[in-house]
Parts: sequence; structure tokens; C-alpha cells
Amino acid sequence: MSRRPRHDIDIRHDDAPPRRWSLPQAKFRLLLVVSAFLLGYFAISLRLIDLTLLRGGDDNAQRPAASVAGPQTLRGQILDRNGDLMATSLKMASVYADATLIIDAPQVAKDLAAILDDSTAAALEKKLTSGRKFVWLSRNITPRQEYAINSLGHPGISFEHQYRRIYPHGRLTAHLLGYTDVDGRGIAGIERAFDREMGFTGEDIRLTVDLRIQHILHRELEKAKTTFQAIAATGLVMDVQTGEIIAAVSLPDYDPHHPGEATDEEKFNRVSLGVFEMGSTFKLFPTAAALDGGAASFATQIDATKPIKVGRFSITDYHGKNRVLSLPEVFIHSSNIGTAKMALALGRDGLREFYEKLGFFKQVPVDLPERGLPLYPQPWREVSTITASFGHGVAVSPLHLARAAAALVNGGILIKPQLKLDSDTPLGRLQGERVVSLETSDKIRKLLELVVASGTGSKAYVEGYNVGGKTGTADKIGAKGYNRDARLSSFIGVFPMNAPRYVVLAIIDEPKPTKDTYGYATGGWTAAPVVASLIEQMGPLYQIPPDLSNTHDIRVEMAPYLKDEKLARKGSADATGTDH
Amino acid sequence: MSFRAPTAPTLRGDKSLLGNWWWTIDRWALTGILILVGFGLILMPAASPSVAERIGLEPFHFVHRHLIMLAPALVIMFVASTLSRKTLWRVASLALLGSLLMMALVLFIGDDIKGAKRWISLFGFSLQPSEFAKPAFAVTSAWLLARAIDEPGFRGVTISTALFACVLGLLLLQPDFGMSVVLCAIWGVQIFLSGLSMWWVMMLGGLGVAGLFGAYLAFDHVQSRVDRFLDPASGDNYQVQKSLDAFANGGLFGTGPGHGQVKMNLPDAHADFIFAVAGEELGLFAALLLVLVFAFVLGRSIWRAVNTDDAFVVLGVGGLITQFALQSLVHMGSSVQLLPAKGMTLPFISYGGSSLLSLGLGMGMLLSLTRKRSPLSDAPWRTP
Repeated sequence: MSRRPRHDIDIRHDDAPPRRWSLPQAKFRLLLVVSAFLLGYFAISLRLIDLTLLRGGDDNAQRPAASVAGPQTLRGQILDRNGDLMATSLKMASVYADATLIIDAPQVAKDLAAILDDSTAAALEKKLTSGRKFVWLSRNITPRQEYAINSLGHPGISFEHQYRRIYPHGRLTAHLLGYTDVDGRGIAGIERAFDREMGFTGEDIRLTVDLRIQHILHRELEKAKTTFQAIAATGLVMDVQTGEIIAAVSLPDYDPHHPGEATDEEKFNRVSLGVFEMGSTFKLFPTAAALDGGAASFATQIDATKPIKVGRFSITDYHGKNRVLSLPEVFIHSSNIGTAKMALALGRDGLREFYEKLGFFKQVPVDLPERGLPLYPQPWREVSTITASFGHGVAVSPLHLARAAAALVNGGILIKPQLKLDSDTPLGRLQGERVVSLETSDKIRKLLELVVASGTGSKAYVEGYNVGGKTGTADKIGAKGYNRDARLSSFIGVFPMNAPRYVVLAIIDEPKPTKDTYGYATGGWTAAPVVASLIEQMGPLYQIPPDLSNTHDIRVEMAPYLKDEKLARKGSADATGTDH
Repeated sequence: MSFRAPTAPTLRGDKSLLGNWWWTIDRWALTGILILVGFGLILMPAASPSVAERIGLEPFHFVHRHLIMLAPALVIMFVASTLSRKTLWRVASLALLGSLLMMALVLFIGDDIKGAKRWISLFGFSLQPSEFAKPAFAVTSAWLLARAIDEPGFRGVTISTALFACVLGLLLLQPDFGMSVVLCAIWGVQIFLSGLSMWWVMMLGGLGVAGLFGAYLAFDHVQSRVDRFLDPASGDNYQVQKSLDAFANGGLFGTGPGHGQVKMNLPDAHADFIFAVAGEELGLFAALLLVLVFAFVLGRSIWRAVNTDDAFVVLGVGGLITQFALQSLVHMGSSVQLLPAKGMTLPFISYGGSSLLSLGLGMGMLLSLTRKRSPLSDAPWRTP
């Protein structure tokens, strides 16, 4: 082709000096580039022919590759603390057909329908006459069914074996264990937290969880949730000495074998991921801080007669006593005014710093991917100290609460919650940061015991086991501020009080009052009984000797600090309903 | 104040404009593109309903969207193909400027989808400005490089390199690995065509290979993280295996439109794996035909480009066709496991509004470049 003069619309210099660029070279290069592309199209065409024709006849090419390329090592099992099975992988057979090889479809369909209980002969026949080279007939059949189908001897029917994760206890351990995807990789819970150990090395994971206690907690929470028509319920049992989580239940739950069918609400782990304003159970912490710093003692008198006014806020007591209360009285009557005054006495940053020390502003260090980030006021103002003292304005997970409460009763050490049973760490050894002194811890135990003996927590009383605890009833935030009718009712219990070993937390979300609770839906009426039933069943199971001697009575010991004579009467009518 | 009625195009003028267009346009390439659009019309109703249902949309959501975007895409293509070369680069540079601004804006106000900020919501549609940057850059850069060839004093190479760096930087910030590769290819081909010495070609080629290799290493090393970062589908080979199953299931003649089974389990059947749906439902022959049509459009355009002596045309066609060919090659190569899985749309067939509009613009500009010279310059007395 000859070079023609340029005659473009653009004004160009036809007499431009010689340049490096030459048109033939550019065209040659363009053809080079194009050849590369055409070669690519050619390769794709060859590959298409290869895929469709050459491998199309190969039986192996028809198999779903995902099941062939399964994990090389068998995924480890999950066991509970007693060695009972919580999760395992089972080899399951799935049956498929190459419809082009089926000889007598109606007969084959009839034979298969007699064995496979999830399909009708008509449905199977339709698949067998589809003419497709690969069609699933039934997934995850039993070995007996597989044997029966093999015995038929029909050509064109084959099996695909695949490991499937099985949770023998189903819903019971759903949130705790999480689940895996189709390729057997951990997606949530323990399955995800220890995915590397179980997936790559096939290691078995032994948890601190006790299936028996898990079952009791699940049953009691389910019962309470039904009785009070609550929208949700959460519970937790933790060893205060070792931080081991013995049981953890979040309701509503889901079937871990079919996580895809569960709603987000059901899949939500309320124990560790959900954060809530806990309400009065939080009063433990300002009380402990006041006792620990020497700002107060049991003998301290606090004037709770007048509401506290901060700006537009007015802090009142739900059932005010309208008199000067001692510190133990503030605690057992769950006085907002009294607690707020104690918190204010800690100074500007006293309570905030104590909460920070208790880990309320960070995620709980625990081996679960689902860890909720707490919410707290930033910046922290004086009113924050007041509301936070009775558990409003600060939202933490139930695990945060249980961990901090455990620290207050175990002698004052904040420990990391454990889920993996570690044989290397000797039991009963406290490892962690000291948050209060031994003496303060001792005093807190007495206060907790007093609440159950004569305060708002009397429903948690269990004959023979010295139970201590604190109720909480938090109004939930609705569209228009706090809602008196939507509450988070909770109880945090500790037992046995003479040597605290376990903390038991129960939270009922939006319980409705019943006739039996005289219109109350507070923590003392809804959550405390859950804790009591659990302790009643767990005590004997753990061979904790009951103390039936009745020689020890906390009310006698604490009498010097209590003015109200009614408190001396056991099970008084006054003992409930004031737990705000 | 005088009033003048707008001069409406006369019947004769209109006819001559259209007629001129008709006689100068590369009708073969245009036919090829329209065949591709036809394939898309057959495949979209087959591939997308299962995807739409899986993500909770009404079954024909993607079909409707595809049709809605196809009309403006074809109009844009037509309009762009009527532009003269002089207006062409002006339109392209304006479009490039606009998309650069939008791409910068996207970094701040863009919607975060799957870990990357690429989309901007406009009039109820999600637009991906970077899609428009590709063809606009190809033409602008071609003009700059061509002018540098004609006018030695003009620093076209420098400006083109700077523009390239801008676009690439914005793409990497989003981040969009796939589109960065396409952009590098466009610019690489153009700079290659503009007479780069072999030494530089090898240098830049080596740099490109090193870049890809580096990305690959990072891919292997921080696998799960980078996988999810760049493309959620590239982590496991589930999609590719399903895609291979689709071709095997389709056989020679396919299951017939709408009768595919494997496509039901193909997560991105309507976009990144629509070629597999073609393989399953239309069969091997149709899939080969599809490949042939892509190769044909490529071949036709290049043939036209080779038969001019205008550097702007050679470079512009080279850049635009690189985008068209590379996207189709990567898409088809991924579905048949010749290339590592990388989500890329199949030009004119895959779902994706921005992609369709951008391809309309790109191929329209390509058709304008490959048009036979204007009647004036093609006048008989000019031909030797």
C-alpha cells in the first residue's frame, strides 16, 4: 500500500520532519496485537470443544467438583468438657443419575421411590427421563438406603460421598458452635474461631461447656420465655475461679444444620454479640467501687429522699423509701438515688475509670468471632456517671456483665472467659488483673446474699444453697425515649455464697406480666426463678454439698446496718417488685 | 430582538446524513455487535431470574434493567459513530474529564459494595464512572499520541502518560484490579503502536508482567483477605466448577434457552458467568459462534484501521479494540478455566448498565474511527 498524503479534517503538518514513527511498523505491531487476541479466541474455542465433547463423555467430568475437592483432612470434632460429642463430620452419600444411561425409567423410578422416602416415583421418573447427564436424585441418604440402591443394580445410578457437619444437639448449641459452609469451613462461633485447628490439622476441640448444664439452662430459659411471652432470653453460667463458660444460651435460636433458613434475629448471638443497657444489675459496680476506694462502708448513710436533678434529667427511685438509707439498704432496695450519690462520690472520672478497668469499654476477650462492641457515652459527663451507676447509658454484652460480676466475687480478679478446655492451666488458679481488694469482694458477696435473703431477689432463693444475686429491670429505649412497658429483666446470681464458684446470669427480653406474678415483669419475678431452678439442678449434679443447717443467716449478720424490721421476716411481701 | 425559527434538518439533509453514515460505516462490524446484543437478549431472561430470586428481587428485574439500559446504549453508539474525527476526540476528552471527576467523587460519596467504592447513585441508577473512563481514555490518549507523532514539539506522550497515571491511581484507590489491568493493556498497546523502541517495549512489558506477578503473589500470600478485597468469587473455585459443569451439561446443541440446570447454582450467571449459560443452554456450536463473532468484530475493525494512514485511527482503534477483546477474552477464559477467575463483563451480553453504556460509547467511537473517509477526502480526484 502506498503512502498517501494526509488529508484529514484536522490541520496537520504534512511536511513534518522525519520521525521515529513509521506507519508500516505501527500496522505490523497492530497485527501482532490482534494475532495475540485471535490466538486467545482460538484457545477458548479449543477449550470449549474439549470441555463439551472430549470431557463430556467422561463420567468423572460430570461430578460436581465441589464435593471432589473437599478438605483433605477430616475436620476435627467438638467435645464438651466431659468428652461428649457436640459436633462431628459424617460421610454422607448423595445419589445421582446419568439419565442417558437409564434403561427402564419407570421401573427404576418405582424401585428408587420405595427406598428414598423424600421423593415420589413420578418425580423421580421425570428426572430419569430428563436426558441430562447429571441429575441429583436425593441428597444425604443413609448407608442403609445406599446399600439398598446399590443392590438394585440399575445402571446409570451413582453416589457421591461428602462429609457433612452434624450437631447432635442441634439448636441447643447453635450460637456457641456456629456452623460451617458447604466446603466445611467455619463460618460462625467455635467452628470459625478454631477453624484452623479443626480444618487444617484435624484437631479435636474440647470446650469448657457442660452439655448437661447447657441443657438445663436452655430448658429453663425456654420455659421463662414462653411463660412471659418474651421476645428473647439469654443465659450464661461461668466459673468465677477459672473464667470457664459452662453454659451459654441465646434464644431465639436456630437449627445449625440449616443456617440458611434462620432469620437474622435467630442467628444473633445475644450472649456475646448483643449489647444491652443492663439496668440495676450494674449497681454492683459503683457499690464495689465506693467500698473499694474507701469512699463508703456498710455504715455509710445516704440520703435518698429527694430526686437528683441534673439539667433536664430528674433521677427518682421507683419505690422510694423516703428516708436516709444505709449502703446495704441502698443496694437491696436498688435505690437509683443512693447508687448515683455513691457514684458521684467517686469523683469526676471515678466510675468511668472503674468501668474501663472492668473491661466495659472493649470487646470481651473470648474465643468467639461474635463479640459485641460496648456503647458508652463519649464524652463522659456528670450525668453519664449518674445514669451509668444504675446501668443506663452504657450497653455491654451479657458476657461482659458476667465476667465483671465474677471478678467482684472471686476475690477481685478480672479473668479472661474461657471456652476451650485447657489441660495445661491448673483449675482454680486465678490469672488476671486485680480490680478490687479481697475485702471488697467479701463485702460484695454479703450484699448479694442479702438481696436474695431479704431483698428484690428472693425468688432466687434455693434451699440449702446460699445463693446471692442482684436483680435488674431496664426500660428499653423505644421510639420516644425509654419505654416503661418494654423491659430487659435480668438476674445475676452467684453460688455457693460461702465459697463462690459459679455466676449464673439470666436475661428475659420484654417479658409480659402474668397473673402469677401479680402484674410484675421485673427481673426478680421473671429472671430470678430461672437462676433458682438452674442452681437447684446444677448443685446436686456438681456434687456441691447443700447446707441445710440454717445456722448461717446473713440477715442476722447484717442487722446492724438495716433499719427496716420487715427485712428480718423471710419471704416478705415487700421483697419483690421494687427492683429498679 | 429578532426571532429565528430553529433550522430543522431538511428531509434531504437528514437523508444525506444518514445515507452518508450508512455508506461509510463498517456495516459488518455493526452487524457483529448487533448479533452480540441479540445473544444478550436471549441469554438475559435465561440467566438472570435465578440470580434475581436468590437475592430477593422479582425474577425479571435484571431483564427489565438490561432492556432499559440497552436502548440508550445503542443510541449512544449510533450518535458516537456519526461524529467526525475532530469532534470525536473532543467528546472523548470531555467524557474523560467527567469520569475522572466522578471517579474522584466516588471515593468520597460512593456506595461501598463488596469492599470497593466504585458506584455512584444517579437518578435511581448506579453508575460506575470508571467504565466510561476506559473508552474515553483510549480515544483521548490516541489523539495525544497521534498528535505527538505529527507534531514533534507536542508533548503528547507525556500528557498521555500523566493521564494514564491519574486514571490508574483512581482505579487502584477504589480498588478495582480488573479494570486496572484493562486500562494498562489499552495504554500499553497504544504506546506500543506509537513507535516505542523495542528496548522500552521490553521494559514496560517486563514491568507489566512483574505487576501481575506481584498481584498474584499477594493473592497467594494474604489469600482470603485479598480474595474478598478484589473479588469475592475468586476465593473458591465453586463458580468455575459450576461453569465447567454448565458447558459439559450443554453438549453440542445445549439444553435450549431456559432449560439449563447448572446455571441455577451459578452465583453470577447474569454477569460474570453468562458465557457459561450460553454454553449450557445454546450448546457448543452457539458458544463457538459467539467466539467467532467477537473475533470477527475485532478482525473487521483492525482491517479497516490497517487500511488507513491516520495515526489517530490506528491508535484509537488499537486502544478501543483492546478493551473489547480483553474483556471478552478474560470473561470467556475465566468461564472455561483458561484464566484464573476474574469477574469481567462479556461485552454487550452481560448485565450491567454502566458496562453497556460504556461499551456503546466505546464501540460507537470505534465505528466512527473506522468509517471510510468523508466524501470530500474520498473524492475520486484524491485517489491515486
